[in-house]
Amino acid sequence: MSDAIIGGQDRIAKRFEKLRAEDRAGLVTFVTAGDPDPETSFEILKSLPGAGADIIELGMPFTDPMADGPAIQEASNRALAAGMHMRKTLSLVRGFRDQDHETPIILMGYYNPIFIYGVNEFLEDARNAGVDGLIVVDLPPEEDDELCIPTNNKGLSFIRLTTPTSDDKRLPKLVQNTSGFVYYVSVAGVTGAGSATNEQIVEAMARLRRHTDLPIAVGFGIKTPAQAADVAREADAAVVGSAIVSKIAESLDENGKATDNTARVVTGLVRELADGVRNARK
Amino acid sequence: MTSAPTSVNSFRSMPDPDGHFGNFGGRFVAETLMPLILELEQAYKDAKEDPEFRKEMDYFLKYYVGRPNPLYFAEGLTNHLGGAKIYFKREDLNHTGAHKINNCIGQILLAKRMGKTRIIAETGAGQHGVATATVCARFGLPCTIYMGAKDIERQSPNVFRMRLLGAEVKPVTSGSRSLKDAMNEALRDWVTNVADTFYIIGTVAGPHPYPELVRDFQCVIGNEARAQILDAEGRLPDEVIAAVGGGSNAMGLFHPFLDDKDVAITGVEAAGHGVHTGHHAASLSAGRPGVLHGNRTYLLMDDDGQIKEADSISAGLDYPGIGPEHSWLKDIGRATYVSITDKEALDAFTLCSEKEGIIPALECSHAIAQIMKTAPKMNKDQIILMCLSGRGDKDIFTVAEALGVKL
Repeated sequence: MSDAIIGGQDRIAKRFEKLRAEDRAGLVTFVTAGDPDPETSFEILKSLPGAGADIIELGMPFTDPMADGPAIQEASNRALAAGMHMRKTLSLVRGFRDQDHETPIILMGYYNPIFIYGVNEFLEDARNAGVDGLIVVDLPPEEDDELCIPTNNKGLSFIRLTTPTSDDKRLPKLVQNTSGFVYYVSVAGVTGAGSATNEQIVEAMARLRRHTDLPIAVGFGIKTPAQAADVAREADAAVVGSAIVSKIAESLDENGKATDNTARVVTGLVRELADGVRNARK
Repeated sequence: MTSAPTSVNSFRSMPDPDGHFGNFGGRFVAETLMPLILELEQAYKDAKEDPEFRKEMDYFLKYYVGRPNPLYFAEGLTNHLGGAKIYFKREDLNHTGAHKINNCIGQILLAKRMGKTRIIAETGAGQHGVATATVCARFGLPCTIYMGAKDIERQSPNVFRMRLLGAEVKPVTSGSRSLKDAMNEALRDWVTNVADTFYIIGTVAGPHPYPELVRDFQCVIGNEARAQILDAEGRLPDEVIAAVGGGSNAMGLFHPFLDDKDVAITGVEAAGHGVHTGHHAASLSAGRPGVLHGNRTYLLMDDDGQIKEADSISAGLDYPGIGPEHSWLKDIGRATYVSITDKEALDAFTLCSEKEGIIPALECSHAIAQIMKTAPKMNKDQIILMCLSGRGDKDIFTVAEALGVKL
């Protein structure tokens, strides 16, 4: 891989530099790769930056998403039923990267499909496809040798989840091998459930900033433009997942297939969320 | 009680401090749970060192569970098969009718030490759910049991039992609607209620320290059996054998025998409709190492790492994984794992009922079926010791249906 190609940690760093220059927080949008089918998913993916997504989290479908609520579970099931698998997820990224060289893409999911793909082969293929970072829910720092350290060595970011249970004692261990940004899971729970209060987020930001200079993205339970704006006043980025994925589900026909509306409702919501985030500090 | 000797090169020294059994085990969980998992590990270490904890355990195992239970010479089955002498470790005679209660007593006492006020659990056949609901009733803690919707249909007596005991039984309709999905849902509950909730895992799987602590609580099976066979026969058995789903009754029986190098160890998986059909639960025989539910172990999955649904007539074996210590024992060759089909297990269920007057659970009927294959080929002075892990009353509806009998 030539040094001239900007990718991985660089692309994420550049994106946060740009956000700082614009004095605003970023919008991170989550969709599941292949939901509701590979073609529609590609269409949605391509439309996200134009609608206002600053960073894209792309879910790697898995049969047993233990940390996800019903919305993302169902998105995973729809993608798998439509024949999605890891190689197709990486081609989706490659297709996106052919047209967009700047928007960071973070793959998010569970370890088993990566482990079965083979860690080194996966990292090689992911980097070549244009992936910039990974969030793997079931790999705490106790298992850093598995994937976190190889990922960092490859020049990709390994983005750690920190949570309301991450106290001052735990946080140094959590930020140690983290790169790109830190993801703050604002409620103890699964995706798409309850939301944190503003006070809780302010308090958590203060705690996290004592331990890291990396940008902090806050997610879990952010559903509306107003909630996204609240988070954007405190954090470096707001992450929205279940709300977007639920829009996809609502747009499907009675057989669970994509309609003409599917991509449109997603970009519609992302545009509203982006407005919320972009105007938050004005 | 005599327990087995341990040596420097002991097979009994696992896991390592990070919870690894060779390449297996570990702590593959969401970060929200990690502080609690570490707290549990410390609490368990402290409890092990505390004679009061041991005393409390022993008290409840004796007066509440009814231990020690007998090691029974299965003379009818032995004579019928005409080979090795067959002994049953009678876990079916425990309070609640299965081995699951041994572990639940240990974990509820730990939960109380840790000041937790709410219990959750997953269950397949319902035996672990009943055992959990039982200890929760006894110790006055509210509990929620996650159970696959498919299992609720085929194990209705146990569902009723759990509700009688005051538990809330939540049907799980996601995924394959059986044990693995119940475990996913329990993990989702735990991550949401991490402050006050203790998760009583029913088998020797999950993130470290669960495989170790569940094994330790189940080792009472093997420790008693080892002393009892020495008492009855003046020697150790030639083979110990047990059915494996997640593998807790098997691990409890096997562990105290691991360093007895002349004792063969056999685990029996559920082959469902047959391993060749793809509809089975034989993760060691037909799976490969992967990561699910907090640990690395043998799993049933496709080439993309997607977990496959398991299939077995026995709800308690219907799980696409296995405890990590079993995976390690298989790889180092200390234990052998074989598989038995639904049909073979049903034949064994019937035969045991007829020859011994004991209706065995469908789970351990798999071990009996394996004995039906091997005992006749063995000498009359050889000894097989099997864990009869539970009674079969809960299975009569399933068996009747399989045999075409209308109740």
